Amino acid sequence: MANELLNKDCKELRDEIAAGRIKSVAATEAVFETIEKYDPVLGAYISTFEEQALAKAQEVDDKIAAGEAVGGLAGVPIAVKDNMCTTFGATTCASKILENFHAPYNATAVEKLLSADAVIVGKTNMDEFAMGSSTENSGLKQTVNPWNTSCVPGGSSGGSAAAVAGRLCFAALGSDTGGSIRQPASFCGVVGLKPTYGRVSRFGLVAYGSSLDQIGPITRTVADSALMMNIIAGHDPADSTSVDEAAAPVCDYLEKLDEPIEKLKIAIVPEFVAGADEQVQKALTESIDVYKGLGAEVIEIDMPHLDYAIAAYYVIATAEASSNLARYDGVHYGHRTANPKDYVEVYSKSRAEAFGKEVKRRIMLGTYALSSGYYDAYYLKALKVRNLIRGDFASAFEKCDCVMMPVSPTVAFKIGEKIDDPLKMYLSDIYTIAANLAGVPSISIPCGFDENGLPIGLQILTPAFAEEKLLRIARMFEKETDWHSRKPLATNFHE
Amino acid sequence: MAEKIDQAQVRKVARLSRLDLTEAEVEEFTGQLSAILDYVEKMNELDTANVEPLAHCLPVSNVFRADSVKESLGTEKTLANAPQRDGEFFKVPKILDGSSGA
Amino acid sequence: MAELEYKVVVGLEIHVQLCTKSKMFCNCAVEFGQRPNSRVCPVCLGMPGVLPVMNKQALEYAVLVALALNCEIAGFTKWDRKSYYYPDLPKNYQISQYDLPFSANGFIEIPLEEGRTKRIRIIRAHLEEDAGKNLHTAGNFSQVDLNRAGTPLLEIVTEPDMNSTAEVRALAVELQRMVRFLGVSEADMQKGHMRFEPNINLVITKDGAEYKTPIVEIKNLNSFRALERSVDYEVQRQLDEFLETGETMETGNKSTRGWDDTNEVTVLQREKEEAPDYRYFPEPDLVPVELTEQWVEDIRARLCELPIKRQMRYVSEYKLSDYDAGVLTAERSTAEFFDEAVKAGGVAKRVCNLLTQVGLKLANEAGCSLAEVGLVAENVAELAKMIDAGTVSATAGNTIMQEMAKSGKAAQIIAEELSLIQKSDAGELETIVDEVLAENPKAVDDVKSGGKKSKKARGFLLGQVMQKTKGRANPKVVSQILGKKLN
Repeated sequence: MANELLNKDCKELRDEIAAGRIKSVAATEAVFETIEKYDPVLGAYISTFEEQALAKAQEVDDKIAAGEAVGGLAGVPIAVKDNMCTTFGATTCASKILENFHAPYNATAVEKLLSADAVIVGKTNMDEFAMGSSTENSGLKQTVNPWNTSCVPGGSSGGSAAAVAGRLCFAALGSDTGGSIRQPASFCGVVGLKPTYGRVSRFGLVAYGSSLDQIGPITRTVADSALMMNIIAGHDPADSTSVDEAAAPVCDYLEKLDEPIEKLKIAIVPEFVAGADEQVQKALTESIDVYKGLGAEVIEIDMPHLDYAIAAYYVIATAEASSNLARYDGVHYGHRTANPKDYVEVYSKSRAEAFGKEVKRRIMLGTYALSSGYYDAYYLKALKVRNLIRGDFASAFEKCDCVMMPVSPTVAFKIGEKIDDPLKMYLSDIYTIAANLAGVPSISIPCGFDENGLPIGLQILTPAFAEEKLLRIARMFEKETDWHSRKPLATNFHE
Repeated sequence: MAEKIDQAQVRKVARLSRLDLTEAEVEEFTGQLSAILDYVEKMNELDTANVEPLAHCLPVSNVFRADSVKESLGTEKTLANAPQRDGEFFKVPKILDGSSGA
Repeated sequence: MAELEYKVVVGLEIHVQLCTKSKMFCNCAVEFGQRPNSRVCPVCLGMPGVLPVMNKQALEYAVLVALALNCEIAGFTKWDRKSYYYPDLPKNYQISQYDLPFSANGFIEIPLEEGRTKRIRIIRAHLEEDAGKNLHTAGNFSQVDLNRAGTPLLEIVTEPDMNSTAEVRALAVELQRMVRFLGVSEADMQKGHMRFEPNINLVITKDGAEYKTPIVEIKNLNSFRALERSVDYEVQRQLDEFLETGETMETGNKSTRGWDDTNEVTVLQREKEEAPDYRYFPEPDLVPVELTEQWVEDIRARLCELPIKRQMRYVSEYKLSDYDAGVLTAERSTAEFFDEAVKAGGVAKRVCNLLTQVGLKLANEAGCSLAEVGLVAENVAELAKMIDAGTVSATAGNTIMQEMAKSGKAAQIIAEELSLIQKSDAGELETIVDEVLAENPKAVDDVKSGGKKSKKARGFLLGQVMQKTKGRANPKVVSQILGKKLN
């Protein structure tokens, strides 16, 4: 019973709750039962808010019973990555430096979920400050992949992806700076959307790489992704980089979701994809064939600068991060070292004690790239390469509706496999990073499994602010396949 | 091949970053950062002489707010997360150099 | 002894707090003297995930000053982050402007003695956010107050064009007067609204060879007096040091010294360290600003006649003394009041006297500006006309000014109410003079006999007439009649 309930997608659940056929309280209780049972294994959540969630669920049920209007996510249990500020609970970014930080404000995206009457279940684990591709860099706990608990869930939104795949919530918010929504979605067999830069407010999202960061949904279906976008997209006066709706209108992403794109033209980049694992390439080819079967035209293009995306990204993102993370200094909030001998030690010891290795490494790299004498060679050069990459997309989109490629060159890897070789870990971001550098939207949808039963994702990219088209293209595939409806065995709660 | 960055530079960057690294970390980071920088220099294969740097990927400018006052947090909430406070102030060890960069 | 000459070279870095209602990037109030950490929000506290949003008024104020400083306004300008760690800087970076400031290449005319002026070149002016304050007086620790953090700050950098303490002071005073005129800053040095950091060195000529002393930047100056004293002190100190060590300017030996106001000395703060590495890079959380020509012109329309121009005009057009012209142009509202009264027909010199001798005194007593004491420019003009026409005496005029400020009534009405209208009617006054002459034959004799006593006796008779008329006789007319009768 409970399992059947938990397998519903948000849209279905919302409609049932709104119709009074399912109580939000029942759905919320089912979620918390699952969390209690499986989260000790999965490690998806850093904190949960059972009491508050049930109270909210009850409030929604009461409103519906009283015939009052409710929001677009009424009563749906949702998880939020722990790098989005909330006035309830701590906002840790999975870092010891913020372990006890309580924000006096909600992130705009969280505020929008609350206004839509969503039930916020808890806050999910991640790589510390969103720096990583496996969630192994969490300073607080380990999250595992629901499909194979010896594998990573991907990262940095690993907790959100694992929670959605494992039925520990119905949908989650993640954030994506270089693939942090799409790659874990791909590793966990769910749908992850990184919207266009500027589509969703970053206010209250703890910054990693400010010019790259974007909040987006992790869901089990494309429809849920569209539903979540209907709630969170839009201009926010508190975020100067969120785009004015007059310049790029937000539409109802669900309205035409089931209408296929006529004469869809897909571009692939064969040379770029050649480096991916064989099974990943095979899944891509088969996915393209599905589209061909739907009448799509496929063209091969060259995007010559994509090979340089990782290099540019790891300079730009770390440079911004080195500055964004300067505020964690033990002076105004966060961890402070026990016995500093002077105020400089408050900085250098507090930071040394509370930041994890990957965070330190990226701060060091970014500081170096911005430092006197190296700025031009690294940071400025990277900004120029970024422009070339944006140019690659601009010319690609003159020829096609979308570009398709893998999300990751591999499926979920073993815990510990890459953790000691940062460069190797960085290189696994090769397919996701370019979308952030160019600011374009990109989605990861389930498109197959490898021989060991680990999910593979298909990545689709469209021009900026073409989320509606992107979701429709993704939906075309979802309708033809059943990859998205497979459930992980690890948590083993379904019949 | 010479390392892209040596231990002395790593120490200098650590000072700039206000990170009190252990000797082991200095050694580890020297190797790792060198490898990463070595990779990053792949960018030099590209001729970017005539390419503009792209800091913002959106062509947006002139975003302002009106000069209006909203209520502040209040002293208590402002200091709620402070590791140490002295009355209505944040408290830090004595600052002796007295030279703000501002 | 070797022949030694030297020239002082000073450039200024000036920070001016703009008097917007709210801070540069958040909605916290800009208010001086509030309880510590009471004007702070997540944005100016640099909490995780918060974002800055630009205050349009701050930018327009800044552009207005730049236009007054004859700067070129950039069509495209952007924000950068300047990184350094300090407890009063919550984000540990300051949002500032680095390579593309909104304005550059201007100049300011500063007044020197005898109405001469000198042009000081402005290198650039840019906007940034102020830091909070660290306090070190509580004990064996420091306190941090972030109320000031995020206040809009205009940084102005001059060329090293000043060659004396007097010129430094003149620039400081002129700039203060200018920003107050423009209404963009309260510019109170004690309150830190305006902060000057001089960069000083000397060009010394000794035995025909030229030497430059190392540049010193002075911080912690919070009054014009401290600014002057510190420059004087530093000139002497550098001279002494040069004679002792012979050290000259080279790259990397610029140092920073703090002004100790109690002992009136500069104290070394940072010595010859390598230039700090601020790691500037474009602020990703803020979009660039494009200042269109139309927008700049709209701002330019808000420019008024600047104080120095006004001061010079008052001297040349109205023949006011340079001193009086300076007093009238110290504040914009005073100058505007003066202009209005002159426009309403008051003779400039007379209006000037009324304003400087009575009006400003009243303002001082009331602790407000001249424009706020309750005077109406048209009434002051009327009063000036009455004095010049002899309708009331200059002394009575002062009384009437005071009364006008209190009641707001017209000068004529007050003069009548207080019976201050002078009797100028020659016929009426002649009768009274005749009476006085008849009553005082001794004095009449004294006048007529001439000599020593004559002048005194004439004054006595005039006094008697004034007494009889209760001071309302026009002394000029009485003198004429007396003269006629006694010669």
